[in-house]
Amino acid sequence: MSSPRPGGAVLPAREHVPARAAVRLDGVTKSFGSLRVLDAVSFAVLPGCAFIILGRSGTGKSVTLKHIIGLVQPDEGRVFVEGDEITALRGVELSRVRRKIGFLFQNAALFDSISVGENVAFPLRRHTRLSDAEIRDRAVAKLEAVGLGQEYDKMPADLSGGMRKRAGLARALALDPPILLVDEPSAGLDPVTAGEIDDLLFGLKGNGGTTLVIVTHNIPSAKRLGDELVMLHQGRIVASGSPEELQNSDHELVRAFMSSQHAG
Amino acid sequence: MLDRAGALLSTTGDLSVFAMRAAREAVLPPYEFKETVRQVYELGARSAPLIAVSGFAVGVVLSMHTRASLERFGAEAMIPAGLAMALVRETGPLTAGLLLSGRIGAGIGAELGAMRVTEQIDALEAGAVDSFRYLVVTRVVACIIALPILTTLMNFAGMLGGFLAEAAATGMSLQLYFTRAFSLIAVSDYLPSTLKTMVFGFIIATISSYLGFTTSSGTEGVGRASTQAVVMSSVGIIVANVVLVRLIFFLFPGAAG
Repeated sequence: MSSPRPGGAVLPAREHVPARAAVRLDGVTKSFGSLRVLDAVSFAVLPGCAFIILGRSGTGKSVTLKHIIGLVQPDEGRVFVEGDEITALRGVELSRVRRKIGFLFQNAALFDSISVGENVAFPLRRHTRLSDAEIRDRAVAKLEAVGLGQEYDKMPADLSGGMRKRAGLARALALDPPILLVDEPSAGLDPVTAGEIDDLLFGLKGNGGTTLVIVTHNIPSAKRLGDELVMLHQGRIVASGSPEELQNSDHELVRAFMSSQHAG
Repeated sequence: MLDRAGALLSTTGDLSVFAMRAAREAVLPPYEFKETVRQVYELGARSAPLIAVSGFAVGVVLSMHTRASLERFGAEAMIPAGLAMALVRETGPLTAGLLLSGRIGAGIGAELGAMRVTEQIDALEAGAVDSFRYLVVTRVVACIIALPILTTLMNFAGMLGGFLAEAAATGMSLQLYFTRAFSLIAVSDYLPSTLKTMVFGFIIATISSYLGFTTSSGTEGVGRASTQAVVMSSVGIIVANVVLVRLIFFLFPGAAG
């Protein structure tokens, strides 16, 4: 599955559509103005799998993630999350499916008008009936899990880039979602801090149960975390498979990408 | 030229749809009570010092002008009533509306604009929160509630300023001043002109929220949204005021007397 299909994208999902895929894209096409960002992209992510989306900047990786959670609607095609077609849902039903998904944004996207702890507590306040004390305990526990147990009352502006990203991860995991989407976990971070974020994600993978869909440029990280990798190029999937399969791909760009030691 | 006209028409259309959605969702459940109360405090209560100080200064100046005019006709005794009438009917509501379009409009435009470019609005949506209802509807409702209250505060602050100016000029007592001030004011003077500021609140909040919500181009876009929010909501208030005054005169003929 590592070679590009002549004249089109590799379509692993269409050929082997798993009955119980956690996430499935089916022929998703998206254009912004005259620019076609995604061109009939299809893939499926099995539950508990760490699925990595690789590609150069501007190839539609983040847009793909935003399709999965319904922040962007496709021009054509469908997106399924645990069997629900999220592209067809609105209102309460859309919210129900979104609660199954955590999203770590590239710049963490913490709410800067409330404290770090309240950022983590926010999903719990919105979507659970827990008492204030229980919510605080859960938020502190989530912050401790990412090494920020002492930072509950700090404002997001007072945190470093790495700490913000860890706090964003704590917020994304507040409701213990079965699916976690991660956009460029190491972007803008030094190698040590990026490694710490990787460790946290690796820990999630080790615990089992959480399906990870990660967009990254960081090849060492992708090799370490990924069960299955796909590479997007010019809006199409040009290769997919295990890290080893992509490493030995006969597609020149894929090989060059996989040989890179760039960690940013 | 045609492109600009087309863009203007497109923006007007989008803004109208946005405003209609805000109006519809403001009355339909579910309601965001807690966030609405927080916004009433942030947008309303925190604007009170600005309104009180400005109203006081407006009252002093209006009193001085009214005295200069009425003295010529030997009608100084009408100064409190004249000033109160001017404040309650038009000066208070319009001045409060314009001041708040500056403070609140710029604030909403900049805050929502910054939230848009830093993906905080996407983060709300990703967190299964209806960002329109949480960010826009709460601000619209808060402004609709806050504007009449702040306008009433401005009216009273203006009358207090007028009293101090009058007391300094003639030594008039507080009791006599306010007795004369309220002698000519009827409910039909106060209610329609104060309640029309609910429309001002709706205009400020929807225009500013629309510009913040649709911000692009990073920090430059945030600055542009903030500036445009003040300009467009100020113009919107002034234009709407013409229609509203005409409507009030039609519905409450007593207010035109």
